Formats: sequence, C-alpha cells, structure tokens
Amino acid sequence: MTSVAVAIPRSGRTRRVLPGFGLTMGLTLSYVGIIVLLPVLALVLKGAEIGPVRYWEIVTSPRTLAALRLTVTAAAIATLFNAAYGLLMAWVLTRYCFPGRRLLDAMMDIPFALPTAVAGLSLTALFSANGWYGSILAPAGISVVYTIWGVAIAMSFTSVPFVVRTVQPILEDLDPAVEEAARSLGASPFTIFRRVIFPAIQPAFLVGATIAFARSLGEFGAVIFIAGNLPMKTEIASLLAMIRLEEYDYNGAAAIALTLMLIALILLALSNWLQSRMQRKGGVT
Amino acid sequence: MKPAVVPGALAPREKQTASRLLIGLAVAVTAVIIVVPLIYIFWRALADGFGVFAQNILDPNTLHAVWLTALVALITVPVNIVIGLAAAWLIARFTFPGRKLLLTVIELPFSISPIIAGVCYLLLYGRQGLLGPMLADADIQILFALPGIVLVTLFVTAPFVTREVLPLMQAQGSEQEQAALTLGASGFQIFRLVTLPNIRWALVYGAVLASARAIGEFGAVSVVSGSIRGQTNTLPLQIELLFNDLNIVGAFAAASTLTLLALVTMLIKTLVEGRTKSD
Repeated sequence: MTSVAVAIPRSGRTRRVLPGFGLTMGLTLSYVGIIVLLPVLALVLKGAEIGPVRYWEIVTSPRTLAALRLTVTAAAIATLFNAAYGLLMAWVLTRYCFPGRRLLDAMMDIPFALPTAVAGLSLTALFSANGWYGSILAPAGISVVYTIWGVAIAMSFTSVPFVVRTVQPILEDLDPAVEEAARSLGASPFTIFRRVIFPAIQPAFLVGATIAFARSLGEFGAVIFIAGNLPMKTEIASLLAMIRLEEYDYNGAAAIALTLMLIALILLALSNWLQSRMQRKGGVT
Repeated sequence: MKPAVVPGALAPREKQTASRLLIGLAVAVTAVIIVVPLIYIFWRALADGFGVFAQNILDPNTLHAVWLTALVALITVPVNIVIGLAAAWLIARFTFPGRKLLLTVIELPFSISPIIAGVCYLLLYGRQGLLGPMLADADIQILFALPGIVLVTLFVTAPFVTREVLPLMQAQGSEQEQAALTLGASGFQIFRLVTLPNIRWALVYGAVLASARAIGEFGAVSVVSGSIRGQTNTLPLQIELLFNDLNIVGAFAAASTLTLLALVTMLIKTLVEGRTKSD
C-alpha cells in the first residue's frame, strides 16, 4: 500500500499510476496517424511537388482568383450578418424573459443539426423565382439565387450558431453589479452597453466571428445548390477544387485546397490566440 | 436588493419598449432565416400528397442511399466511440510530452473544410496518389466505394466524442479511479464501473453528434464517393442528384427524412443536457 501512496505525488509523476497508457496511446496515435495526418500529409507533399512557381501560377489564374474573391467576399458578408444577428440573439436570450424563449434558444442549434445539403436545398427553393421568398423579391428586381447574395445567405445559415453560442455564456456570467453601478452613476443604456458590456464580451465575440468566417470559407454543401456555380461569377473555391479533381488536374485541386487550408489554419491560430487572451482576461476579473 | 437571477430582471421599466423591439426583431429574423426554411422542407416534401411522398422515399435508388448512409454511420460511430474514449482517457489521465499537440491534431478535422478533406483522401488513395499504385497492385478499391466513404466520414467525425467526454473527465479528476486501483480493480473494471457511469451522458451526446454528422456529411463524401447512382450515393448526395434531375419533390422527400433525424438529434441533446445538470 505504501508503494501506491509513494507513486501518487502531488504533481508531475502521476502519469503511470492508472493502467491503459500503452493501449490508449497506441489506439489514439494509429487512428490520428491513419485517419487525420496521413491524408493531410498527402496534400502537403503534393504541394511540395508542385513547387512555388507552379503553385503561384495556379492560384493567380483568373478563374481561381475569381473563385477565391467570391468565397472571401461572400464569407465576409455572411460573417457581418452573423456578428450582428448573433449578438442580438445572445442578448435577447440571456437578458429577457418571454414566452417561447427556450424554443428560440433551441432554434439556434438547427443550422448545426441540419445536414448542409438539406439547408441548401430548402434555401434554394425558397429564394427561387417561384418560391415563397423569391416571389416576393422578384417584383422588386432582387434576385438571390445564382448571385453572390445567395452564396452569402447559404454561408450565414450554416454558421449562425458560432457567435450566439460563444457570446451567450459570457453574457450569462456577467456580474450585474457592474451594470447597476454604471446605471446608478447615470450612464444611458447605450453607454452601458458600449463601455461596460461590450468590452467584456468582445473577445468571445471576436472568437465566434472568426470561427464563423472560417466555417463560411469552407462551406460547400449548402452553397452549391444556391450558387448556380457559373465559372468566374458564382463559383466558390472549394467547388473549383472539386472540378479540378474531376478533370484529373490534381495539381490544380491541390493548390486550391492548400490555399484554403492555409487560410483555415491561420484563422484557427487567430481564434486560439483570442481565446487564450480571453482566458487571461477572465482570470483577472 | 435581490440578486438578478431571472433573465429580464435587469431590464428597468424605461427599457421595456426597447426590449420588446429587440425581442420582436430576434423572433422575426429567426423565423425568416431558420424556422421557415425548416417548415418549408416538410411542406414541399408533402406538397403532392402523402402517396407521392411515399413513392419518392420508396424509390430503389433513394432506399439504397438510406441503407448506405445507415451502414456508414453503423461502422463509423462505434469506431468513434472506442477511439474517442481512448483519446480522452489518454489525455485526461496521463501527462506526456506532446499532449497538447495531440489534442490539436485530434481537433484538426473541425478546422479543415470537408472538401479539403476529400481532396486529401483523393491525393492519398487516388490512382495518382501517394498510396494509389500500391493499392492498385493489391487490387484494393478504396475510393468510389464503401471504404473511402467510411474513411472520410471517420475524418470529419473524429473529434466529436473526445470533445464531449474530455472536459468532463478532466473536471472530475482521477481520484475515484485511483481509489478503485488501490482496491485492486483491473483497468477494464475501473473504466466500466467508475469512469463510464460518470461520463455516460457526455458519451451519448458525443456519439449522437458524430452519428448526425456521419449521416449528413456531404462535401467530403461527394469527393470520394464518385456519386454512382444506386451504388455509392449516400442520402445527402441523393438529394443533390434528385435536385439536378429536377425532381424537386423527390429531393425534398429525401431531405425531410434527414430533417426528422436532425430534430431527433436536437431532442436527445435537450434530454441529455437535462440529465447532466441533474447528475
């Protein structure tokens, strides 16, 4: 018994007390190696094989550039919408009590639960000229399907929950005393929001918006239904990568995929950095 | 003064008009962008009556897609559970160099868009790919067949179980397991009698999320499956195929089954959350 007590010091050396280290390490590493790392390695190796000169030629070709530009612009529009909508929803869901609040809260999970192809199909049919929304918008001369707006709408649908779900817990945990202090000092509701509440939720808000942007850049299923996929006009980057594959142009596909993965990893690093800053801030207050 | 625990308790009277306005706006926008698209799926699926709906669902190709989708989920979810638990145990219960890096790699699939995942798999197993010539010599078909669909689905669902179980295991600490160990329990006994009861609802939730994703995955599967009608078409791909065939009602019929599944997923989530809170 004493030997067990010795083997459990306060820190550092608890590592081999419980059984299963070898088994779980073996399982996890082989899974991660075969399922995650090996395929990613294949893409990176392909990128190395292409070389920087050829890579640059592919990425700066007019069709690729147009696809990248459309993807980034539409994702930016979607993120702006979701930033505003997400903030509104997080606020309404945490601050007000009204009938149907829990249902409204549950609705925020629909975009994650619904397969993207289903969302794309429904939005496309709704916004097409004879759909419920399209028939209202068409007389006003607004067309959504087969335009960048359609792409942006599909992207914003699938990334709705990110801002809401990151800001919501912070708003819930916010100490009401600070707001009451501000109010008792005569601050207007708008001033309280700008000077007291927003600084507290800003890191979470930025994390949510960053992830939403990253997700929008990579969205495929919902977008291809509504986009119409006209080359140079409404063709998103990931679809172009897929078209290149179907043409057996593996270099072209790999170059576009690498570019998208690089952007995604930069955004991941950014959101991790924001998150660690958020935790440091949270530790102080 | 009473502490404000009830949402809304903070809103003073002068803000009531503002609050009504904000609630109204939130409800209206949510209705337009989420609720109506959801209802519209069932509306269109049943637009031509239940007979046509049933006929669309019972179409042999759609039925085959349902079967293939279920098969993929039945293979991938158990693998996800085993590996997810192993990874959570490894990361929560041991310290070793590279632990954080390992967690980052496990979560990597969440940051890589499904299409890129598909491209990666094609570059690995495709005819011109890294392992392609080797597989061709051994006459093993991975792409455009079930193994490819399963592998790429394992990629996109890899983080779900670990992500739900790990925080709970870390928060609970290993005192109970160490106590069981000193009492002479074997590793498997410790896991089954001590760890599992503590994490079961998180495990259920992780598995539900993984199966929902496995069933609904579109982008990654569409790259590696080749979308062969009646052979390698999963249900989400079948929706696209019917849509491109201009069989919109058929597409909506297939979509409505996936929507029902999504709603069930959400229901389980609500139930599990209630359980974990009462635990």
